[in-house]
Amino acid sequence: MGPIGENEFFFLMQGLKWTVLLAIVGFIGGGIFGILIALLRTSKKKVFRTITAGYIGIFQGTPLLMQLFVVYYGVALLGIEVNAWIAVAIAFTLHASAFLGEIWRGSIEAVPKGQTEAANALGLHYVSRMKDVILPQALKISMPATIGFLVQLIKGTSLAAIVGFIELTRAGQIISNQTYRPLLVFGIVAAIYFIICWPLSHAGSGLEKRMAKAAR
Amino acid sequence: MTYTFDFGAVLDRAPELLWASLGTLGLALAGMVLALVIGLLGVVARSSKSKMTRTPVILFVEVVRNTPFLVQIFFIYFALPLMGIRLNPTVTAIIALGINGGAYAIEIIRGGVESVSRGQIEAGFALGLHKADVFRLIVLKPALRAIYPSLTSQFIMLTLTTSVCTSIAAYELTSAAQRIESDTFRSFEVYFTVTAIYLVISTLMMGLFALISRHYFNYPTR
Repeated sequence: MGPIGENEFFFLMQGLKWTVLLAIVGFIGGGIFGILIALLRTSKKKVFRTITAGYIGIFQGTPLLMQLFVVYYGVALLGIEVNAWIAVAIAFTLHASAFLGEIWRGSIEAVPKGQTEAANALGLHYVSRMKDVILPQALKISMPATIGFLVQLIKGTSLAAIVGFIELTRAGQIISNQTYRPLLVFGIVAAIYFIICWPLSHAGSGLEKRMAKAAR
Repeated sequence: MTYTFDFGAVLDRAPELLWASLGTLGLALAGMVLALVIGLLGVVARSSKSKMTRTPVILFVEVVRNTPFLVQIFFIYFALPLMGIRLNPTVTAIIALGINGGAYAIEIIRGGVESVSRGQIEAGFALGLHKADVFRLIVLKPALRAIYPSLTSQFIMLTLTTSVCTSIAAYELTSAAQRIESDTFRSFEVYFTVTAIYLVISTLMMGLFALISRHYFNYPTR
Protein backbone atom coordinates (compact mmCIF):
# COMPACT_ATOMS: atom_id res chain seq x y z
CA MET A 1 0.00 0.00 0.00
CA GLY A 2 1.21 3.45 -0.82
CA PRO A 3 0.47 6.67 0.95
CA ILE A 4 -1.87 9.33 -0.39
CA GLY A 5 0.44 12.32 -0.50
CA GLU A 6 0.67 15.71 -2.06
CA ASN A 7 1.24 14.33 -5.57
CA GLU A 8 -1.80 12.09 -5.48
CA PHE A 9 -3.94 14.90 -4.18
CA PHE A 10 -2.66 17.23 -6.89
CA PHE A 11 -3.51 14.61 -9.53
CA LEU A 12 -7.05 14.36 -8.14
CA MET A 13 -7.38 18.14 -8.27
CA GLN A 14 -6.36 18.10 -11.92
CA GLY A 15 -9.03 15.50 -12.55
CA LEU A 16 -11.50 17.69 -10.70
CA LYS A 17 -10.61 20.58 -12.99
CA TRP A 18 -11.73 18.53 -16.01
CA THR A 19 -14.87 17.37 -14.22
CA VAL A 20 -15.85 20.99 -13.54
CA LEU A 21 -14.93 22.11 -17.06
CA LEU A 22 -16.93 19.28 -18.65
CA ALA A 23 -19.95 20.11 -16.51
CA ILE A 24 -19.71 23.81 -17.36
CA VAL A 25 -19.33 23.19 -21.10
CA GLY A 26 -22.16 20.65 -21.08
CA PHE A 27 -24.41 22.98 -19.13
CA ILE A 28 -23.74 26.10 -21.23
CA GLY A 29 -23.75 24.28 -24.57
CA GLY A 30 -26.76 22.24 -23.51
CA GLY A 31 -28.45 25.41 -22.32
CA ILE A 32 -28.04 27.19 -25.65
CA PHE A 33 -29.31 24.24 -27.70
CA GLY A 34 -31.82 23.38 -24.99
CA ILE A 35 -33.60 26.75 -25.40
CA LEU A 36 -33.84 26.06 -29.12
CA ILE A 37 -35.22 22.57 -28.49
CA ALA A 38 -37.74 23.92 -25.98
CA LEU A 39 -38.94 26.62 -28.42
CA LEU A 40 -39.27 24.13 -31.28
CA ARG A 41 -40.98 21.65 -28.97
CA THR A 42 -43.63 24.25 -28.09
CA SER A 43 -43.94 25.66 -31.62
CA LYS A 44 -47.19 25.73 -33.60
CA LYS A 45 -45.67 23.63 -36.41
CA LYS A 46 -46.22 19.92 -35.89
CA VAL A 47 -43.02 18.96 -37.77
CA PHE A 48 -40.86 20.82 -35.27
CA ARG A 49 -42.74 19.33 -32.35
CA THR A 50 -42.37 15.79 -33.70
CA ILE A 51 -38.65 16.07 -34.50
CA THR A 52 -37.76 17.55 -31.12
CA ALA A 53 -39.95 14.98 -29.34
CA GLY A 54 -37.94 12.26 -31.11
CA TYR A 55 -34.65 13.94 -30.20
CA ILE A 56 -35.62 14.18 -26.54
CA GLY A 57 -36.99 10.62 -26.54
CA ILE A 58 -33.75 9.19 -27.90
CA PHE A 59 -31.56 10.92 -25.33
CA GLN A 60 -33.88 10.13 -22.43
CA GLY A 61 -34.34 6.52 -23.53
CA THR A 62 -30.69 5.52 -23.91
CA PRO A 63 -27.84 5.39 -21.39
CA LEU A 64 -25.56 8.41 -21.21
CA LEU A 65 -22.62 6.01 -21.44
CA MET A 66 -23.82 4.77 -24.86
CA GLN A 67 -24.33 8.35 -26.03
CA LEU A 68 -20.72 9.04 -25.10
CA PHE A 69 -19.51 6.02 -27.07
CA VAL A 70 -21.62 6.75 -30.16
CA VAL A 71 -20.62 10.42 -30.33
CA TYR A 72 -17.00 9.58 -29.54
CA TYR A 73 -16.69 7.16 -32.45
CA GLY A 74 -19.24 8.95 -34.64
CA VAL A 75 -17.32 12.21 -34.64
CA ALA A 76 -14.16 10.34 -35.59
CA LEU A 77 -16.01 8.78 -38.54
CA LEU A 78 -16.85 12.19 -39.93
CA GLY A 79 -13.16 12.48 -40.68
CA ILE A 80 -12.72 15.40 -38.32
CA GLU A 81 -9.54 15.22 -36.30
CA VAL A 82 -10.79 15.85 -32.79
CA ASN A 83 -9.29 15.00 -29.48
CA ALA A 84 -11.13 13.08 -26.78
CA TRP A 85 -11.96 16.26 -24.90
CA ILE A 86 -13.94 17.81 -27.79
CA ALA A 87 -15.79 14.58 -28.56
CA VAL A 88 -16.81 14.14 -24.94
CA ALA A 89 -17.84 17.80 -24.68
CA ILE A 90 -20.06 17.42 -27.77
CA ALA A 91 -21.70 14.35 -26.26
CA PHE A 92 -22.46 16.14 -22.99
CA THR A 93 -23.81 19.16 -24.87
CA LEU A 94 -26.21 17.00 -26.89
CA HIS A 95 -27.25 15.07 -23.80
CA ALA A 96 -27.86 18.21 -21.74
CA SER A 97 -29.74 19.96 -24.56
CA ALA A 98 -32.31 17.16 -24.71
CA PHE A 99 -32.91 17.12 -20.95
CA LEU A 100 -32.90 20.91 -20.53
CA GLY A 101 -35.13 21.21 -23.61
CA GLU A 102 -37.69 18.92 -21.97
CA ILE A 103 -37.47 20.70 -18.61
CA TRP A 104 -37.91 24.10 -20.25
CA ARG A 105 -40.76 22.87 -22.47
CA GLY A 106 -42.60 21.97 -19.30
CA SER A 107 -41.86 25.38 -17.81
CA ILE A 108 -42.99 27.26 -20.92
CA GLU A 109 -46.24 25.29 -20.87
CA ALA A 110 -46.64 26.00 -17.17
CA VAL A 111 -46.83 29.74 -17.79
CA PRO A 112 -50.56 30.53 -17.63
CA LYS A 113 -52.24 30.68 -21.05
CA GLY A 114 -53.62 34.11 -20.23
CA GLN A 115 -50.11 35.51 -20.49
CA THR A 116 -49.80 34.42 -24.12
CA GLU A 117 -53.28 35.74 -24.87
CA ALA A 118 -52.50 39.06 -23.21
CA ALA A 119 -49.26 39.35 -25.18
CA ASN A 120 -51.17 38.62 -28.38
CA ALA A 121 -53.82 41.16 -27.46
CA LEU A 122 -51.09 43.73 -26.98
CA GLY A 123 -49.96 42.95 -30.51
CA LEU A 124 -46.58 41.54 -29.47
CA HIS A 125 -44.62 39.48 -31.98
CA TYR A 126 -43.48 35.90 -31.31
CA VAL A 127 -39.96 37.05 -30.43
CA SER A 128 -41.07 39.76 -28.07
CA ARG A 129 -43.80 37.57 -26.59
CA MET A 130 -41.26 34.86 -25.79
CA LYS A 131 -38.36 37.09 -24.77
CA ASP A 132 -40.29 39.61 -22.69
CA VAL A 133 -43.32 37.74 -21.41
CA ILE A 134 -43.10 33.95 -21.44
CA LEU A 135 -39.43 33.02 -21.03
CA PRO A 136 -38.68 35.15 -17.96
CA GLN A 137 -41.61 33.51 -16.16
CA ALA A 138 -40.71 30.06 -17.50
CA LEU A 139 -37.12 30.51 -16.30
CA LYS A 140 -38.30 31.12 -12.77
CA ILE A 141 -40.59 28.09 -12.84
CA SER A 142 -37.81 25.89 -14.23
CA MET A 143 -35.14 26.81 -11.67
CA PRO A 144 -35.52 23.83 -9.27
CA ALA A 145 -35.56 21.27 -12.10
CA THR A 146 -32.71 23.01 -13.92
CA ILE A 147 -30.52 22.93 -10.81
CA GLY A 148 -31.53 19.30 -10.30
CA PHE A 149 -30.37 18.45 -13.79
CA LEU A 150 -27.07 20.28 -13.22
CA VAL A 151 -26.41 17.87 -10.35
CA GLN A 152 -27.24 14.95 -12.68
CA LEU A 153 -24.85 16.36 -15.25
CA ILE A 154 -21.98 16.79 -12.78
CA LYS A 155 -22.42 13.19 -11.64
CA GLY A 156 -22.74 12.11 -15.28
CA THR A 157 -19.32 13.51 -16.21
CA SER A 158 -17.87 10.59 -14.23
CA LEU A 159 -18.84 8.32 -17.13
CA ALA A 160 -16.25 10.04 -19.31
CA ALA A 161 -13.82 7.92 -17.28
CA ILE A 162 -15.08 4.78 -19.07
CA VAL A 163 -14.25 6.31 -22.47
CA GLY A 164 -10.74 6.90 -21.16
CA PHE A 165 -11.02 10.56 -20.31
CA ILE A 166 -9.07 11.54 -17.20
CA GLU A 167 -11.50 13.44 -14.99
CA LEU A 168 -12.03 13.08 -11.25
CA THR A 169 -13.27 9.47 -11.22
CA ARG A 170 -10.62 8.23 -13.66
CA ALA A 171 -7.92 10.06 -11.69
CA GLY A 172 -9.22 8.30 -8.59
CA GLN A 173 -9.09 4.95 -10.38
CA ILE A 174 -5.47 5.53 -11.44
CA ILE A 175 -4.39 6.52 -7.93
CA SER A 176 -6.31 3.61 -6.46
CA ASN A 177 -4.38 1.25 -8.74
CA GLN A 178 -1.07 2.83 -7.76
CA THR A 179 -1.59 2.98 -4.02
CA TYR A 180 -3.82 -0.07 -3.46
CA ARG A 181 -6.09 2.02 -1.25
CA PRO A 182 -9.39 1.92 -3.18
CA LEU A 183 -11.64 2.66 -0.22
CA LEU A 184 -9.74 5.73 0.89
CA VAL A 185 -9.33 7.06 -2.66
CA PHE A 186 -12.92 6.48 -3.75
CA GLY A 187 -14.05 7.83 -0.39
CA ILE A 188 -12.18 11.05 -1.10
CA VAL A 189 -13.50 11.16 -4.68
CA ALA A 190 -17.08 10.64 -3.46
CA ALA A 191 -16.58 13.37 -0.86
CA ILE A 192 -15.44 15.82 -3.53
CA TYR A 193 -18.51 15.11 -5.68
CA PHE A 194 -20.68 15.46 -2.59
CA ILE A 195 -19.17 18.83 -1.67
CA ILE A 196 -20.01 20.12 -5.16
CA CYS A 197 -23.43 18.52 -5.60
CA TRP A 198 -24.97 18.77 -2.14
CA PRO A 199 -25.21 22.58 -1.95
CA LEU A 200 -26.79 22.59 -5.41
CA SER A 201 -29.33 19.89 -4.49
CA HIS A 202 -30.09 21.78 -1.30
CA ALA A 203 -30.58 25.06 -3.16
CA GLY A 204 -32.82 23.33 -5.71
CA SER A 205 -35.11 21.69 -3.19
CA GLY A 206 -35.18 24.85 -1.08
CA LEU A 207 -36.31 26.85 -4.09
CA GLU A 208 -38.94 24.23 -4.89
CA LYS A 209 -40.38 24.39 -1.39
CA ARG A 210 -40.46 28.18 -1.43
CA MET A 211 -42.22 28.22 -4.81
CA ALA A 212 -44.75 25.61 -3.70
CA LYS A 213 -45.55 27.74 -0.66
CA ALA A 214 -45.89 30.88 -2.78
CA ALA A 215 -48.25 29.11 -5.18
CA ARG A 216 -50.58 28.07 -2.40
CA MET B 1 -15.96 10.52 -45.75
CA THR B 2 -14.38 7.25 -46.89
CA TYR B 3 -15.65 5.03 -44.14
CA THR B 4 -17.88 2.13 -45.14
CA PHE B 5 -20.30 0.89 -42.53
CA ASP B 6 -20.30 -2.78 -41.75
CA PHE B 7 -23.19 -3.72 -39.53
CA GLY B 8 -22.88 -7.34 -40.68
CA ALA B 9 -19.97 -7.92 -38.32
CA VAL B 10 -22.20 -6.81 -35.46
CA LEU B 11 -25.30 -8.67 -36.59
CA ASP B 12 -23.24 -11.89 -36.68
CA ARG B 13 -23.13 -11.59 -32.92
CA ALA B 14 -26.90 -11.20 -32.56
CA PRO B 15 -27.32 -14.21 -30.23
CA GLU B 16 -24.72 -12.75 -27.89
CA LEU B 17 -26.50 -9.40 -27.93
CA LEU B 18 -29.79 -11.11 -27.17
CA TRP B 19 -28.36 -12.92 -24.13
CA ALA B 20 -26.70 -9.72 -22.97
CA SER B 21 -30.05 -7.92 -23.28
CA LEU B 22 -31.53 -10.52 -20.97
CA GLY B 23 -28.58 -9.87 -18.64
CA THR B 24 -29.43 -6.17 -18.66
CA LEU B 25 -33.10 -6.89 -17.99
CA GLY B 26 -32.18 -9.27 -15.17
CA LEU B 27 -29.87 -6.71 -13.56
CA ALA B 28 -32.56 -4.04 -13.91
CA LEU B 29 -35.32 -6.21 -12.47
CA ALA B 30 -33.26 -7.42 -9.51
CA GLY B 31 -32.07 -3.85 -8.92
CA MET B 32 -35.66 -2.57 -8.96
CA VAL B 33 -36.85 -5.17 -6.44
CA LEU B 34 -33.95 -4.40 -4.10
CA ALA B 35 -34.50 -0.65 -4.57
CA LEU B 36 -38.18 -1.05 -3.69
CA VAL B 37 -37.34 -3.05 -0.55
CA ILE B 38 -34.74 -0.47 0.53
CA GLY B 39 -37.20 2.30 -0.33
CA LEU B 40 -40.01 0.87 1.82
CA LEU B 41 -37.74 0.03 4.76
CA GLY B 42 -36.11 3.45 4.44
CA VAL B 43 -39.43 5.27 4.56
CA VAL B 44 -40.46 3.37 7.67
CA ALA B 45 -37.14 4.18 9.34
CA ARG B 46 -37.28 7.76 8.09
CA SER B 47 -40.67 8.33 9.73
CA SER B 48 -39.50 6.90 13.07
CA LYS B 49 -39.78 9.06 16.17
CA SER B 50 -36.20 8.30 17.19
CA LYS B 51 -33.57 10.61 15.75
CA MET B 52 -31.06 7.75 15.89
CA THR B 53 -33.09 5.90 13.25
CA ARG B 54 -33.99 8.92 11.13
CA THR B 55 -30.58 10.53 10.75
CA PRO B 56 -28.73 7.59 9.13
CA VAL B 57 -31.51 7.30 6.51
CA ILE B 58 -31.36 11.02 5.71
CA LEU B 59 -27.56 10.81 5.48
CA PHE B 60 -27.78 7.73 3.23
CA VAL B 61 -30.20 9.44 0.84
CA GLU B 62 -28.12 12.62 0.62
CA VAL B 63 -24.81 10.82 0.06
CA VAL B 64 -26.18 8.46 -2.60
CA ARG B 65 -28.05 11.18 -4.46
CA ASN B 66 -25.07 13.54 -4.55
CA THR B 67 -22.35 11.16 -5.73
CA PRO B 68 -21.99 9.42 -9.12
CA PHE B 69 -23.14 5.82 -9.53
CA LEU B 70 -19.75 4.91 -11.00
CA VAL B 71 -17.97 5.96 -7.80
CA GLN B 72 -20.59 4.11 -5.73
CA ILE B 73 -20.15 0.88 -7.66
CA PHE B 74 -16.35 1.09 -7.36
CA PHE B 75 -16.64 1.73 -3.64
CA ILE B 76 -18.98 -1.22 -3.09
CA TYR B 77 -16.90 -3.44 -5.38
CA PHE B 78 -13.79 -2.84 -3.27
CA ALA B 79 -15.47 -2.51 0.12
CA LEU B 80 -17.32 -5.86 0.12
CA PRO B 81 -14.18 -8.06 -0.08
CA LEU B 82 -12.64 -6.09 2.79
CA MET B 83 -15.67 -7.04 4.88
CA GLY B 84 -15.00 -10.66 3.97
CA ILE B 85 -17.83 -10.82 1.44
CA ARG B 86 -16.80 -12.23 -1.92
CA LEU B 87 -19.48 -11.86 -4.56
CA ASN B 88 -19.43 -12.12 -8.31
CA PRO B 89 -19.67 -8.91 -10.38
CA THR B 90 -23.34 -9.48 -11.22
CA VAL B 91 -24.43 -9.69 -7.58
CA THR B 92 -22.23 -6.72 -6.71
CA ALA B 93 -23.86 -4.76 -9.54
CA ILE B 94 -27.34 -5.63 -8.28
CA ILE B 95 -26.42 -4.45 -4.78
CA ALA B 96 -25.04 -1.18 -6.18
CA LEU B 97 -28.14 -0.65 -8.35
CA GLY B 98 -30.43 -1.46 -5.41
CA ILE B 99 -28.63 0.96 -3.10
CA ASN B 100 -28.64 3.73 -5.71
CA GLY B 101 -32.26 3.18 -6.71
CA GLY B 102 -33.27 2.70 -3.09
CA ALA B 103 -32.12 6.17 -2.08
CA TYR B 104 -34.28 7.71 -4.80
CA ALA B 105 -37.18 5.38 -3.95
CA ILE B 106 -37.11 6.54 -0.31
CA GLU B 107 -37.58 10.15 -1.40
CA ILE B 108 -40.29 9.31 -3.94
CA ILE B 109 -42.32 7.09 -1.61
CA ARG B 110 -42.00 9.56 1.26
CA GLY B 111 -43.21 12.38 -0.98
CA GLY B 112 -46.20 10.31 -2.05
CA VAL B 113 -47.21 9.38 1.48
CA GLU B 114 -46.83 12.98 2.64
CA SER B 115 -48.99 14.21 -0.24
CA VAL B 116 -52.01 12.64 1.46
CA SER B 117 -53.38 15.51 3.49
CA ARG B 118 -54.19 15.15 7.18
CA GLY B 119 -57.66 16.52 6.62
CA GLN B 120 -58.56 13.56 4.41
CA ILE B 121 -57.44 11.09 7.05
CA GLU B 122 -59.43 12.95 9.72
CA ALA B 123 -62.44 13.01 7.41
CA GLY B 124 -62.09 9.24 7.01
CA PHE B 125 -62.17 8.72 10.77
CA ALA B 126 -65.07 11.16 11.08
CA LEU B 127 -67.02 9.00 8.65
CA GLY B 128 -66.53 6.12 11.04
CA LEU B 129 -64.09 4.17 8.86
CA HIS B 130 -61.96 1.54 10.48
CA LYS B 131 -58.25 2.30 10.91
CA ALA B 132 -57.34 -0.37 8.36
CA ASP B 133 -59.83 1.04 5.87
CA VAL B 134 -58.53 4.58 6.37
CA PHE B 135 -55.03 3.33 5.63
CA ARG B 136 -56.07 1.24 2.62
CA LEU B 137 -58.53 3.64 1.00
CA ILE B 138 -57.35 7.09 2.02
CA VAL B 139 -53.60 6.72 2.46
CA LEU B 140 -52.41 3.75 0.40
CA LYS B 141 -54.40 4.04 -2.82
CA PRO B 142 -53.88 7.76 -3.46
CA ALA B 143 -50.24 7.50 -2.34
CA LEU B 144 -49.61 4.62 -4.74
CA ARG B 145 -51.05 6.60 -7.60
CA ALA B 146 -49.01 9.66 -6.68
CA ILE B 147 -45.81 7.60 -6.40
CA TYR B 148 -46.28 5.48 -9.52
CA PRO B 149 -45.16 7.92 -12.26
CA SER B 150 -41.94 9.05 -10.53
CA LEU B 151 -41.11 5.58 -9.31
CA THR B 152 -41.48 3.99 -12.74
CA SER B 153 -39.44 6.68 -14.48
CA GLN B 154 -36.83 6.12 -11.79
CA PHE B 155 -36.91 2.42 -12.70
CA ILE B 156 -36.32 3.22 -16.36
CA MET B 157 -33.40 5.41 -15.30
CA LEU B 158 -32.11 2.46 -13.24
CA THR B 159 -32.35 0.22 -16.31
CA LEU B 160 -30.22 2.68 -18.28
CA THR B 161 -27.78 2.91 -15.37
CA THR B 162 -27.10 -0.84 -15.62
CA SER B 163 -24.81 0.09 -18.54
CA VAL B 164 -22.31 1.51 -16.03
CA CYS B 165 -22.00 -1.97 -14.46
CA THR B 166 -19.69 -2.82 -17.35
CA SER B 167 -17.00 -1.07 -15.29
CA ILE B 168 -16.88 -4.05 -12.91
CA ALA B 169 -17.40 -6.53 -15.77
CA ALA B 170 -20.96 -7.54 -14.94
CA TYR B 171 -22.68 -9.47 -17.70
CA GLU B 172 -24.95 -7.06 -19.58
CA LEU B 173 -25.34 -5.23 -22.90
CA THR B 174 -22.57 -2.68 -22.61
CA SER B 175 -19.98 -5.24 -21.62
CA ALA B 176 -21.09 -7.36 -24.60
CA ALA B 177 -20.71 -4.29 -26.80
CA GLN B 178 -17.19 -3.74 -25.56
CA ARG B 179 -16.34 -7.39 -26.17
CA ILE B 180 -17.72 -7.31 -29.71
CA GLU B 181 -15.93 -4.04 -30.37
CA SER B 182 -12.56 -5.43 -29.40
CA ASP B 183 -13.17 -8.47 -31.63
CA THR B 184 -14.46 -6.66 -34.72
CA PHE B 185 -13.04 -3.13 -34.40
CA ARG B 186 -16.43 -1.89 -35.62
CA SER B 187 -16.73 0.61 -32.75
CA PHE B 188 -19.39 2.92 -34.16
CA GLU B 189 -21.59 0.15 -35.53
CA VAL B 190 -21.49 -1.80 -32.28
CA TYR B 191 -22.36 1.13 -30.04
CA PHE B 192 -24.99 2.43 -32.45
CA THR B 193 -26.71 -0.96 -32.52
CA VAL B 194 -26.54 -1.40 -28.77
CA THR B 195 -27.87 2.12 -28.20
CA ALA B 196 -30.84 1.19 -30.40
CA ILE B 197 -31.40 -1.95 -28.29
CA TYR B 198 -31.43 0.15 -25.11
CA LEU B 199 -33.95 2.49 -26.75
CA VAL B 200 -36.20 -0.47 -27.56
CA ILE B 201 -35.92 -1.78 -23.99
CA SER B 202 -36.72 1.56 -22.35
CA THR B 203 -39.57 2.27 -24.79
CA LEU B 204 -41.12 -1.14 -24.11
CA MET B 205 -40.80 -0.59 -20.36
CA MET B 206 -42.41 2.82 -20.67
CA GLY B 207 -45.31 1.28 -22.62
CA LEU B 208 -45.71 -1.51 -20.08
CA PHE B 209 -45.71 0.92 -17.15
CA ALA B 210 -48.29 3.11 -18.91
CA LEU B 211 -50.48 0.07 -19.54
CA ILE B 212 -50.31 -0.98 -15.89
CA SER B 213 -51.09 2.57 -14.85
CA ARG B 214 -54.18 2.66 -17.06
CA HIS B 215 -55.50 -0.54 -15.51
CA TYR B 216 -54.67 -0.08 -11.86
CA PHE B 217 -54.30 3.63 -11.22
CA ASN B 218 -57.15 5.19 -13.14
CA TYR B 219 -59.06 6.19 -10.02
CA PRO B 220 -59.17 9.85 -9.04
CA THR B 221 -57.30 10.92 -5.92
CA ARG B 222 -58.59 14.43 -5.52
